[in-house]
Amino acid sequence: MPLTSSAPFRFLRGKNAAASILVLSLGLFPPALAAFPLQATDIPNDGGSRIGLSWRPPPNPPAQWVVLRSQPEKPFAPIDTIGGDQAAFTDETARNGIPYQYRLVALNDSGFLSDESPSATARASWFDTAKTNVAVVIALFLALVLYYISQAERGKKWTFRTIAGLNAIEEAIGRSTEMGKGVLYVPGVQDIDDIQTIASMIILGNVARMAAKYETQLLVPTPSPAVYTVADEVVKGAYSDVGRVDAYRSDQVRYITTEQFAYVAAVNGIMLRERPAANLLLGAFFAESLLLAETGHEIGAIQIAGTANVHQLPFFVVACDYTLIGEEYYAASAYLSKDARLLGSLKASDTVKILLVITIVVGSVLLTMGHSWLAEFFATQ
Amino acid sequence: MKREIPRLISMAAGIFVLIGFFVPHPAIRTTYDDLQQWVIIVVAFTYVLGMANIMRINLKQIGARSKDWPYKVALVAGVVITMAVGFSEGTKYLDDGTRFSWIYNTFYSAMSATMFSLLAFFIASAAFRAFRVRTVEALLLAVAAFILMLGRVPIGNAIHPVLPQAAEWLMNIPQNAAKRGILMGAALGVMATGFRIILGIERTYGSEGEGT
Repeated sequence: MPLTSSAPFRFLRGKNAAASILVLSLGLFPPALAAFPLQATDIPNDGGSRIGLSWRPPPNPPAQWVVLRSQPEKPFAPIDTIGGDQAAFTDETARNGIPYQYRLVALNDSGFLSDESPSATARASWFDTAKTNVAVVIALFLALVLYYISQAERGKKWTFRTIAGLNAIEEAIGRSTEMGKGVLYVPGVQDIDDIQTIASMIILGNVARMAAKYETQLLVPTPSPAVYTVADEVVKGAYSDVGRVDAYRSDQVRYITTEQFAYVAAVNGIMLRERPAANLLLGAFFAESLLLAETGHEIGAIQIAGTANVHQLPFFVVACDYTLIGEEYYAASAYLSKDARLLGSLKASDTVKILLVITIVVGSVLLTMGHSWLAEFFATQ
Repeated sequence: MKREIPRLISMAAGIFVLIGFFVPHPAIRTTYDDLQQWVIIVVAFTYVLGMANIMRINLKQIGARSKDWPYKVALVAGVVITMAVGFSEGTKYLDDGTRFSWIYNTFYSAMSATMFSLLAFFIASAAFRAFRVRTVEALLLAVAAFILMLGRVPIGNAIHPVLPQAAEWLMNIPQNAAKRGILMGAALGVMATGFRIILGIERTYGSEGEGT
């Protein structure tokens, strides 16, 4: 509703005396007011406490706006000052469950006072609807994983393509045994909170079992103390699993440093001094990938690398004997352990991949025909 | 039991964090954020273990006069001196002009830059091997690299203006398609790995205790 000439003064009456003084001090009494609508809505998909305001900036807006807020039984009071060219504002100090109204007033300028906004109440959401697409894919994936695991438990077997790099791990450890040399396992340069490092620790368990079985020296230099503690536990557990706990040495797993190139220098030094017969570079790698792989090539070690960092894959491909690319790297634990339930998760992964390829093709056709709903559903924020 | 309790904790934490990703309500999100902070605290404790490991291994090798032991002396001395200087300068040890900053800039930065600069030579030697055409794939790689390298330098444009366009096409179409394919596969691998851990079927990261 458009404001009358007396409208702007309503919020200064009666109990609003304190706010009146504050507003007066801000010089908010324009002689001729141009009203404009102000929208206020709860911001969805958040933890509450946020109400969004939006308005269409009037022509020749003032230098600054004062944002006023009121709640039941309380007067309008300033909560913030913002630039005059803005067309939106988020009140992040609202209390959940309380209905608020807002107004905008020009600061030290004449002519502008917004209408009172509709009442808006901040509420916390129990589900972020912007992530519905992610939830659907995860739920589908989880359902398929559970389905294929149940199939595996009933004795169902699947055939997976041969991954040469994974087959070569046992071969490399065997070669090290024959040569009387060790195996160097480098778990990347990221910390334990990186999924690639976690996957690397899982592969390390399998590698350590093989090394213990073949009585081959395994050396694991780690780039973080957290990775060191996990890797040490994994190696110790693996030796214990194959009944070779006596062969485990406490200096097999070493913490080196968190500094990227200092770590590279140390690992390269280990390669040149210890001259392992096999280098396993499995984890998240960055600029150090080629420094490590080329040094390993220089010493004549058989090298198997694996990473999901696509920019480092070319370096590994040219410098290593085998490279596990992306998903092959994550499939390693299932592939090496041959555990039916783990293989079931691989089958689920392949099925989702096929579904995604079909979705991409269908989405492309639909977009070409002018229907964007499928592409919009999969858009992430 | 020694193995089952950690697995149960990791399963519970994994399920909670997965739920927390979709629920912004403070009833969940506050604990979700707290869990992330706990990671930092736990990692801080592991530094003590890591430092103990460095000292134990290197002092043992110095004591045994093992191969290259003088380097271990340099390492242990570096650790002790850097830590002592850092502690002596209190919370402002990272400020400009401190002795700690001097050690870092004078020694570590220079040596780190040296290691990084070695990459240029390693790239040259790796490229030499990669571009030896022995298979059809190696031929494709060499041709693509030849076009790309020429297309990205002024002389490429001087030879023929199509070269920069071909280089761009290679980067935007075949390279991007392959890269996105790898990323999609890796993303599914990440999800599968996460589910295996959350569901407790991924046990290869812990001992089964058979040999104990």
